[in-house]
Amino acid sequence: MKKINDINISITLWTLAYKEVRRFMRIWVQTLVPPAVTMSLYFVIFGSLIGPNINIQKVTDGFQYVQYMIPGLIMMSVITNSYANVVSSFYSVKFQKSIEELLISPMPNWAILLGFVIGGVCRGILVGIIVFCVSLFFYPDFEVANPVLTISVLFLTSILFSLMGFINAVFADSFDDISVIPAFVLTPLIYLGGVFYSINMLPPVWQSISKANPMLYVVNTFREGMLGTSDVSISFSLIMIIIFIFTLTSLSLYLLKKGVGIRD
Amino acid sequence: MNYALEIKDLKKVYAGGTKALNGISLSVKEGDFYALLGPNGAGKSSTIGIIGTLVTKTSGTVKIFDIDIDKDVAIAKSMLGVVSQEINFSQFEKVIDIVTTQAGFYGISKSIAKPKVEKMLKRLGLWDKKDDQARTLSGGYKRRLMIAKALIHEPKLLILDEPTAGVDIELRREMWSFLKEINKKGTTIILTTHYLEEAEQLCRNIGIIDCGEIVADTSMKDLLRKLDVQGFVLDLESALEEEPKIDGFDLKLEDPFTLVTAVNKDTTINSLFEKLNNLGIKVKSMRNESNRLEELFIELIKK
Repeated sequence: MKKINDINISITLWTLAYKEVRRFMRIWVQTLVPPAVTMSLYFVIFGSLIGPNINIQKVTDGFQYVQYMIPGLIMMSVITNSYANVVSSFYSVKFQKSIEELLISPMPNWAILLGFVIGGVCRGILVGIIVFCVSLFFYPDFEVANPVLTISVLFLTSILFSLMGFINAVFADSFDDISVIPAFVLTPLIYLGGVFYSINMLPPVWQSISKANPMLYVVNTFREGMLGTSDVSISFSLIMIIIFIFTLTSLSLYLLKKGVGIRD
Repeated sequence: MNYALEIKDLKKVYAGGTKALNGISLSVKEGDFYALLGPNGAGKSSTIGIIGTLVTKTSGTVKIFDIDIDKDVAIAKSMLGVVSQEINFSQFEKVIDIVTTQAGFYGISKSIAKPKVEKMLKRLGLWDKKDDQARTLSGGYKRRLMIAKALIHEPKLLILDEPTAGVDIELRREMWSFLKEINKKGTTIILTTHYLEEAEQLCRNIGIIDCGEIVADTSMKDLLRKLDVQGFVLDLESALEEEPKIDGFDLKLEDPFTLVTAVNKDTTINSLFEKLNNLGIKVKSMRNESNRLEELFIELIKK
């Protein structure tokens, strides 16, 4: 009689993670090139053309505008790409019914979740690295202030938004459902979350409102790592990110156990 | 007695209140080739879905080789292979990648999977198409790929949900011989199909499900023995103008050269030939009017 130890779970996990990475690498023109092009345009227009005419003391805490934008734009790319990878991949396997391959197999739910999250994290981090390389064309002297914090935030953020993408895909019943949240929730919050400006330039009321935006914490924690400046408390932000990761992981595992959106 | 599958009092009520299964029980012996038949909406796919954990059951127990799917689901699933009714692989992946990945989902490393995948693809005539994207395959090859995927981890129990739906006769016969071969080697097979001839040809035991209830669970031989009347079509040597009248036989002239009759199981067909001979009617050839199982199936689900 077989025992659970006879099934090599690490191979099942590796198989799914590899499949997920292979998926976005195979369509690299759709997944890796667009962020590089879009971010180059941001750097050209805002960094090189408009940036030199901005009051840097007020808007960017004394940093050159192009330099100030770099962490924000990297974070924006990491968030949107890790989210997009998992939401589109998991919804596609639901739509094509290839989710059955996973559900019929002996893979535990945690391995299924982790496999998809690894795919999202890999794409998020890879795109982040690409955007950073692009930024060096516009600001070659960039030096990372705190590499450990930078890498940690990059990693945690991509995990967090991969989990969000997973939950979105679980509940999605159509392709519209996987584009609604990124278009109407994520993008506005990211743009208003301090990617392009410091909230210190806002009137006090708007500063308070901005502090309710979770993206502000993610973007500023990453900026603290890269530039050494932030509008928010770093320890508070890190704790909140970790709490959110635990909460969303638990929710995702619960949804998988109950079979919401994937089992009749 | 060792059972490959034991289902007890299985119930399924869907979210909308539709009752798919009303407490069915059935057992499939190890090594068996079992047909699960039923009209559309009878509950076949719900049953298979529950066994493969794609559908959550409302109540009841399912055991695969004595392993309860509620207790050791991973072990139970590792012994099971399912060929679903609908295509369920990524259409944009290569054939070889789909099967290798499926092996990986069962914990089989790439190096171990590689020769197994090659052997399986060659056996199913897919090796020449190993580098093709799955979406470019014809319907028949997609069906073969589904079978390759379900068998790559060498399951002890294989469930096929209408595997030959929409495939041409040649491929269907190829699949039959393949399934007979793996059954002979020890794999227990459960087959659902709408082609009753297929079930009669392949399966030793049969379960018929209708409206969420098992209406028959017996051996194919016993079931066919229940058949009271068999229809025969007789091709005549010369044309007849009207139906001959013979006591004990209801004969109908379908066209001047074809007689159709129903013969009771207590009556020998020799007596019919004898009487036809006495009337000077020569029979060139004879065949069954329709599939015998089909007649029984209609009778059982009518009740």
